[in-house]
Amino acid sequence: MNTQLSEAPVREAATNGPGPAIRLATLPAGGAAPTVDAAPEYVVELRDVSCYYGAFRAVRNVDIKVAKNAITALIGPSGCGKSTLLRTINRMNDLVPSYRSEGQIMLDGQDLFAKEVDPVAVRRRVGMVFQKPNPFPKTIWENVAFGPKVNGYKGNLNELVETSLRRAALWDDVKDKLKQSGMSLSGGQQQRLCIARTIAVNPEVILMDEPCSALDPRSTLQIEELMAELKREYTIVIVTHNMQQAARASDTTVFMTMGEDRAGFVVEQGPTAQIFTNPRNQLTEDYVSGRFG
Amino acid sequence: MTTAARPLTRHRPLSERIIEVLLFLSAAVGVVTTLGIVAVLVFETLDFFVVVSPIDFFTGTFWSASILPRAWGVLALVSGTVLVAAIALVIAVPLGLLAAVFLADYASPRVRTVVKPILETIAGIPTIVLGFFAVNFISPQLLIPLLGRNNIGGFSALAGGIVVGLLITPLIASISEDSMRAVPRGMREGAYAMGATRFEVVRKVVFPAAISGIMASIILAMSRAIGETMAVLLAVGAKPQFTIDPTESVQTMTAFIAAISLGETAQGSIEFKSLFAVGLTLFGMTLVLNLISGWVVRKYRTAY
Ligand SMILES: Nc1ncnc2c1ncn2[C@@H]1O[C@H](COP(=O)(O)OP(=O)(O)OP(=O)(O)O)[C@@H](O)[C@H]1O
Ligand SMILES: [Mg+2]
Repeated sequence: MNTQLSEAPVREAATNGPGPAIRLATLPAGGAAPTVDAAPEYVVELRDVSCYYGAFRAVRNVDIKVAKNAITALIGPSGCGKSTLLRTINRMNDLVPSYRSEGQIMLDGQDLFAKEVDPVAVRRRVGMVFQKPNPFPKTIWENVAFGPKVNGYKGNLNELVETSLRRAALWDDVKDKLKQSGMSLSGGQQQRLCIARTIAVNPEVILMDEPCSALDPRSTLQIEELMAELKREYTIVIVTHNMQQAARASDTTVFMTMGEDRAGFVVEQGPTAQIFTNPRNQLTEDYVSGRFG
Repeated sequence: MTTAARPLTRHRPLSERIIEVLLFLSAAVGVVTTLGIVAVLVFETLDFFVVVSPIDFFTGTFWSASILPRAWGVLALVSGTVLVAAIALVIAVPLGLLAAVFLADYASPRVRTVVKPILETIAGIPTIVLGFFAVNFISPQLLIPLLGRNNIGGFSALAGGIVVGLLITPLIASISEDSMRAVPRGMREGAYAMGATRFEVVRKVVFPAAISGIMASIILAMSRAIGETMAVLLAVGAKPQFTIDPTESVQTMTAFIAAISLGETAQGSIEFKSLFAVGLTLFGMTLVLNLISGWVVRKYRTAY
């Protein structure tokens, strides 16, 4: 579980077993499961994180705790830096040449910004689902097998592909056409394929950036049900513009907004029910009630 | 006023019709010219085949247009052409693709804006200059010291192939890079998000997604290499022979046509007519390549 994030030993992350099945076994067994009043266990902790594009500060001094096996929703007006923050957690933004970040992001007690940490290794433990479904122009099978292959997975790929597709609630739709292109699927199916693909790498955390914004209401509901299912084994952080979705689907909500300088910051975070029914901050109240000021 | 008052019949102003005719005429010029060229080629070639048997022409491996005894085996010229083009591709395909990958996925925007125009300038160098470069630099300074005077002369298919390779590298690099850059960023990000390294992203996502453009660029480069004249005219010599030895001097189809056209060949003579037969063969080869290229693009195109 405590896989290194530095260059050399990362490949074993995926080689140490038949994927998701192992994770089930490593979860706390019945008795050890956190009870309601026990302090929640945090998988990811952002400490004083600031993000810059060149000289522009897009996000400032963010502290967020992401609880294990829960869904954390990130909401806030357009441009307040939700995507930026999300893409910082899996070090995706390292691909943007002008990008730079400050602070600490702790994943299982390791700082993701530490010098010796390899972004590639981080992304193997922190998966991501994007706004626009982005399957590869390959077969459905290849789409799911891609991640395990690049991670040097040694087990039975067919099995892993099947389990992953089942977990993403897509197996029944595609079991007879695994050889067809992933791009031939409907939008909702494509997004579930992207989720299956992410699960296949067996990450600890799954980041989702507006995963339903390109989908119809029915597919959206399917994805939400799927998330509720997935949080039993994974920790999920989702960015959404859909207030009902955040209210329905998440356990914790983080509300961000931006200041005069357009730098985004966290206004308030807490249990979703509290944020939506009894926010402490006026800005939050205005935003969640649709009186966006 | 009711809408019914407006006529539903066709009415086009005169200017519309004039424009249409003009557009049609300019398109027609291109088509007519091409057909005219093909007609002349075919006509003269048929005339040539009255004297020389097409079977001898297409299967013979000896070519001697001016020196007696004459021989009309076009395979000697075809082999020279194919040999030079093959050497050129062996050089240009890896070089061009590496350059494309570098520009598309590794170079910073600043480096790209500097390097790409430079690369494309190479394609703009007059090919006669490249031929000159082959004769005066590649052969004497590079090939002869490297391989030994006994093994390679001042003119060789290798020298020609190298310069033609340099000439078509930018073509492959530029078109391949365009098609790699057309692969959406989201697709790359999807792969990165699963812990793929940059090289894995290039190899397993970008390259396969861009394969139709890449193949098209290679076939286009091949057809360019086959049609290239001035560089090979200087570099490979003028010795038509059926060989696959790159150190030999050969003659390509284009170089033969150029040489004979520049010489004092009487119009209507058999040598003169042979030009058309060779030209038609060349035309056929590049036509087939272009057709293959079109087919490849259609077959492997990925819709994003
Ligand atoms: N690659 C980039 N280069 C420079 N600036 C960027 C880049 N990406 C985002 N920004 C800027 O950073 C700020 C935050 O953008 P971000 O995409 O994180 O917002 P967001 O909260 O996700 O918005 P939305 O809800 O519209 O998706 C914006 O001002 C944006 O213009
Ligand atoms: Mg966003």
